[in-house]
Amino acid sequence: MKALIALEDGTIFEGRSFTGSGETSGEIVFNTGMSGYQELLTDPSYKGQIVTMTYPLIGNYGVNPEDMESDRVQVEAFLIKEYNAIPSNFRATGTLADFLKKDNILGVEGIDTRALTRHIRNAGALKGIVSTEDLDPKSLIQKAKNSPGLVGRDLVREVTCAEPYGWKDNQPAPGSNFSTAAPGKYKVVAYDFGLKYNQLRLLAERNCSVQVVPCTATADEILAMKPDGVFLSNGPGDPAGIPGIVDNIRALFGKTPIFGICLGNQLLGLAYGGTTYKLKFGHRGVNQPVKDLLTGKIEITSQNHGFCVDSTTLNPDDIELTHINLNDKSVEGMRHRKYPIFSVQYHPENAPGPHDSLYLFDRFIDMMQP
Amino acid sequence: MPKRTDIKKILIIGSGPIIISQACEFDYSGTQAVKALKEEGYEVILINSNPATIMTDPEIADRTYIEPITPEMVAKIIERERPDALLPTLGGQTALNTAIKVAELGVLDKYGVELLGANIAVIKKAEGRDSFRDAMRKIGLKVPESAIIHTIEEAKAASEQIGFPIIVRPSFTLGGTGGGIAYNSQELDEFCKAGLDLSMNSEVMLERSLLGWKEYELEVMRDKADNVVIICSIENVDAMGVHTGDSITVAPAQTLTDREYQEMRNAAIAIMREIGVETGGSNVQFAVNPKDGELMIIEMNPRVSRSSALASKATGFPIAKIAAKLAVGYTLDEIPNDITRETMAAFEPTIDYCVVKIPRFTFEKFPEADDFLTTAMKSVGETMAFGRTFKEAFQKGMRSLEIGVSGFGADPKFNLESMDQQDLENGLRKPNSKRFFQVFEALRRGMSVERIYEISFIDPWFLHNFKQIVEMESRIREMGFNGLDHDFLQEVKQFGYSDRQIAFLTGTSEEDVWELREKLAVQPVYKLVDTCAAEFEAYTPYYYSTYEVENEARESTGRKVMILGGGPNRIGQGIEFDYCCVHAAFALKEMGIESIMVNSNPETVSTDYDTSDKLYFEPLTREDVLHIIKTEKPDGVIVQFGGQTPLNLAVPLAKAGVPILGTSPDSIDRAEDRKRFQQFLHKLNLLQPENGTAQTADEALVIATKIGYPVVVRPSYVLGGRAMRIVYNEKDLAAYMNSAIDVSPDRPILIDKFLKDAVEIDVDAISDGENTIIGGIMQHIEEAGIHSGDSACVLPPHSISKEMIETIKSATRAMAAELKVKGLMNIQFAVKANVLYILEVNPRASRTVPFVSKATGVPLAKLATKVMMGKTLPELGLTEEVVVAHYAVKEAVFPFDRFDNVDTLLGPEMKSTGEVMGMDVCLGLAFAKSQLAAGQKIPTEGNVLLSMRHSDKPAIVPVAKKIIALGFNILATRGTAKILAENGVACTSVHKISEGRPHILDKIQDKQIQWIVNTSLGTRTTEDAYTIRRAALNYHLPYTTTIAGAESMVKAIGTMQQESIEAKSVQEYFE
Repeated sequence: MKALIALEDGTIFEGRSFTGSGETSGEIVFNTGMSGYQELLTDPSYKGQIVTMTYPLIGNYGVNPEDMESDRVQVEAFLIKEYNAIPSNFRATGTLADFLKKDNILGVEGIDTRALTRHIRNAGALKGIVSTEDLDPKSLIQKAKNSPGLVGRDLVREVTCAEPYGWKDNQPAPGSNFSTAAPGKYKVVAYDFGLKYNQLRLLAERNCSVQVVPCTATADEILAMKPDGVFLSNGPGDPAGIPGIVDNIRALFGKTPIFGICLGNQLLGLAYGGTTYKLKFGHRGVNQPVKDLLTGKIEITSQNHGFCVDSTTLNPDDIELTHINLNDKSVEGMRHRKYPIFSVQYHPENAPGPHDSLYLFDRFIDMMQP
Repeated sequence: MPKRTDIKKILIIGSGPIIISQACEFDYSGTQAVKALKEEGYEVILINSNPATIMTDPEIADRTYIEPITPEMVAKIIERERPDALLPTLGGQTALNTAIKVAELGVLDKYGVELLGANIAVIKKAEGRDSFRDAMRKIGLKVPESAIIHTIEEAKAASEQIGFPIIVRPSFTLGGTGGGIAYNSQELDEFCKAGLDLSMNSEVMLERSLLGWKEYELEVMRDKADNVVIICSIENVDAMGVHTGDSITVAPAQTLTDREYQEMRNAAIAIMREIGVETGGSNVQFAVNPKDGELMIIEMNPRVSRSSALASKATGFPIAKIAAKLAVGYTLDEIPNDITRETMAAFEPTIDYCVVKIPRFTFEKFPEADDFLTTAMKSVGETMAFGRTFKEAFQKGMRSLEIGVSGFGADPKFNLESMDQQDLENGLRKPNSKRFFQVFEALRRGMSVERIYEISFIDPWFLHNFKQIVEMESRIREMGFNGLDHDFLQEVKQFGYSDRQIAFLTGTSEEDVWELREKLAVQPVYKLVDTCAAEFEAYTPYYYSTYEVENEARESTGRKVMILGGGPNRIGQGIEFDYCCVHAAFALKEMGIESIMVNSNPETVSTDYDTSDKLYFEPLTREDVLHIIKTEKPDGVIVQFGGQTPLNLAVPLAKAGVPILGTSPDSIDRAEDRKRFQQFLHKLNLLQPENGTAQTADEALVIATKIGYPVVVRPSYVLGGRAMRIVYNEKDLAAYMNSAIDVSPDRPILIDKFLKDAVEIDVDAISDGENTIIGGIMQHIEEAGIHSGDSACVLPPHSISKEMIETIKSATRAMAAELKVKGLMNIQFAVKANVLYILEVNPRASRTVPFVSKATGVPLAKLATKVMMGKTLPELGLTEEVVVAHYAVKEAVFPFDRFDNVDTLLGPEMKSTGEVMGMDVCLGLAFAKSQLAAGQKIPTEGNVLLSMRHSDKPAIVPVAKKIIALGFNILATRGTAKILAENGVACTSVHKISEGRPHILDKIQDKQIQWIVNTSLGTRTTEDAYTIRRAALNYHLPYTTTIAGAESMVKAIGTMQQESIEAKSVQEYFE
């Protein structure tokens, strides 16, 4: 089935739907990872975004129940070069097409994804629309222009959990105040801004009992649970568009160790008094080099972000830059000089991506030592 | 960390001659490394015995030793040069093994030479099977159940624990020589005997066979700050059991989820750390159980490898260059990525295409060998292709192979429609060089993917992609030519179909399809290979074609010239031609002309992105080349440097209106076309052996009878003497004509009088159309009848009269003038009874151009390029022939030890894979060096076995006398012994095998024979003679198959008894 992709700047790409008909809009971004499409599709940080893969052959290894990073597909649509319908992998339990269809997500193949990627690289992330229903380029371009986009939008509310849950047996168990969480040496409250399950898996592996709370939880509610540490997750959209959360985070300073990832890092930046800005086309992939300024070591990281903390707006007396991106020198990690708070812009929980940065979870555990 | 300043002078060891498992990739890596180190201000000393390499060009390293790569020679060079450090990780297994031996001699300690990249302990830990296994277990990684054995008895005991099938792998050998899969105790016995002998430390590993497991490789780099990155993942299409060099491989890995890929990545990093590779690139091989994902480590190479070359070309990340910089102390974050300029080498390349590598086999050259692929590598070259899908890349790869097919199926060649089903299934089960044609046929017959997987273990993912190609073939047939509309044709091209395939399926011609595509605007676009999937802008114009929307090719203004490369290495067309192409690019750069390289061979220097101004990694077919020409609009195309591949394109390209630079296609045709060539020689009053051209067997018999036997027969338009034979009688000729028909269907068979006992001469010359300068005259050591590529030769000639040399020179000039040669030309002469015959004229670069250039210090290919661009030889300062005050000997290197049951006799069909050069002011020493460099031992004392064919018996007498004078004893077979005795030469008679024991083999096994001289007719005359030669090969005994070869060896031994072999750099020869 023919599909058109229209960008707000008037560019049109053509493809074929491999998941049936539909129409959807979002910000179009590219991801350069060569593996890990299932993890990426279920990463809530992609809420509001249409993702194109630079790697052309997708679907090769199917999908399986273990590689879920949330309970559903989160991207708005998935654009690829060639869909491989017959998977080959011992863990595969289904095909990518069925997986997308189940959540009514459009998958489109046959696109010159390299041309699309180059276009985004030069023009920056753009609003776009994908449709099999309306094949009139003019109308689609207008729709793309009218679509909401990401800037200033609070997408966190759309992906955060409705009810608190504990993490037990590698899955969510609804319940509050650690009532359903598997027991552990450290009590960690995880703020769900759109978290990925692997963050919880890694904490649980490190002897943490994990209580997940929605983004609406207040600092008082969290402190009332007497956590050993608070985890700030990743999430979609513009950190500046999320009201209320920053105050709650600031209220936790000095009361408990805090570890932030991605959106968590940006929210900490805002809570420190800094500002964030939108990158031209973001960092999305599993090959981003990051330098740990404390050790000089380089780690290859998994990344998915379109916004970034502006290091010039941080007070160097309070905040120390700990990690930078080697490609564009942007902020990849910070720590507070007085309080036990640290964060990174990338995804040390990987899934997908290299396992080079797992030490950060250990660092969080060390911070929670009595 | 900045670069080290405590070291100033670095020695690099090259990999020597091209052999199976060590090809041009180490010229690519060595050249990159030398350049990178010089760029950093280090003084670089190089040793490599292979003159056909770019790395041994005198301007690449500071001091270049074209000397045998032996521990003793390296020790001499170290003593002479006193380098601060030795970098052993860029010259393949040869360099690594040599470095170990040099260290064991105590030379490194004595002169305070530091090993860079990997020290001895690291190399031993990675390469010793026991130590590697222990290391893997220590870090919690699995290795297949195995045992290390040192005797046959140990092997038997171990096999009971491991269970059959068992993989037999000798330690410390090249490319798994001598290994194999043993299915029973008898086979185990055979493999172990051979393996123990080949292993440098008499050590063989027996290992649980993982037959049917999936095979993967990761290319890893580490710097001294312990930063580790993965450059590329590779998945083998052929499952475990086939050597990775013989497997079709794909980058990146296709059927791994991120979880499994990361597990592999973690393992690779842990291995780098545990083995302790300090800096540089390594390669780790994995096996994965397709049923449950169980991961096993197969091996790791603590050095740059063939796969590193592949990974470099597949990703654009220059592994060897970066490895060299890491070796001198830089860290990955300090080295810029040349392609993006704004980012650093500290990252992991990501690719947005699919790359397929396909090995090129050469079983047709060794018909006695079993076409069976195992853990010992047998392919002689490889080709690589890019596509935006696997199907596209695979089909492009198939047509890049240049075996006469235009893709996967849709081609009359290798049509297996009539193959018996049982034979077909046997083929699928038993990996062989034609298996992918069998897979095609199985799918065409409708065999299920499941069934094909069950017997071939080729992963269903690949099979499904193959199936889609087969299904597309039926669709094209159904549609017919008139049904080809824009959208369908675009889809067909996206499947990688060539116009020839489409023409075949629609009963039209390649030109018809081309025209239709022009009309429908179905045209390729070019995409960049940029290391980063377009995330950053790329500055290096490194392209491949595909059928999509956006074209990234940037047409440039100014003068530009396209160079067509040679495609995959094969016997007869190898690194020598790549060397010439690279020189053409260098020459164009010097002239300020843009160079555009087209090639499909990932091992080469020509496909390095910084060799030429633009690089198109594409198949060398008419269609693919014309597309690039259409895009780039070059002022001209150079076809005379890449060997037969581009030469075959000269006429079709010229017909399409493409300007061919240099000698005109018409002149090329005049030299190649039999009839026209005869007229040409006649006009110049030059002689050729009596000859004729036959199109049928009957015609051939008539001609041969007229000329008189023996005759040389061969198909026209071939390289490397493919299917060339000396035929002694009518019966053999009839048999040949019957078998030769498919060699070159629309081209006739050439028949020449065989000039027995003539001396062969090779001449390379350069001409600007007006002036002709002889580049070099080479006298073959072996007599006529042995392919010039297989024959050793001496420059300058050592036993040709002055008058004859003048005759040769004037004949060369006359021919160059008559053909209006612009560029290079090569002539093969024969001298018999003081009469000069012309055997062949090739108005193009020859295999000997690099050898002549190295021997004389004149860069012929570079000068020829400038001539083609309009310069005259006087303008280039070349007005007279160079006279050298030394001898250079070229010796060929053969792959016989790779193929069971193959005779080592030489003949008119070329069989060598590579060459070495020995240079010295003394001819004997030059020859000795060439033998040592070729891996031949030079006997110093003991017994020499002489066994001559009847006609050679008188000629051996003076040689035998010299052998005795050198202090050897002579053993001889009965007939030879009789002649020797009659002529007063003392010798002991030994039994031939058929004469009862103890016979020759017993003597060989008892190490009572140190050198064998055995001549025979050009066919496998007697089983006895064959068995002797194979035994010599298996026991690594020096053996000689011609009288002339024996004479040269005698000269070498004699000189070596008086003088010692010394090292001298090429720069010193020409100071």
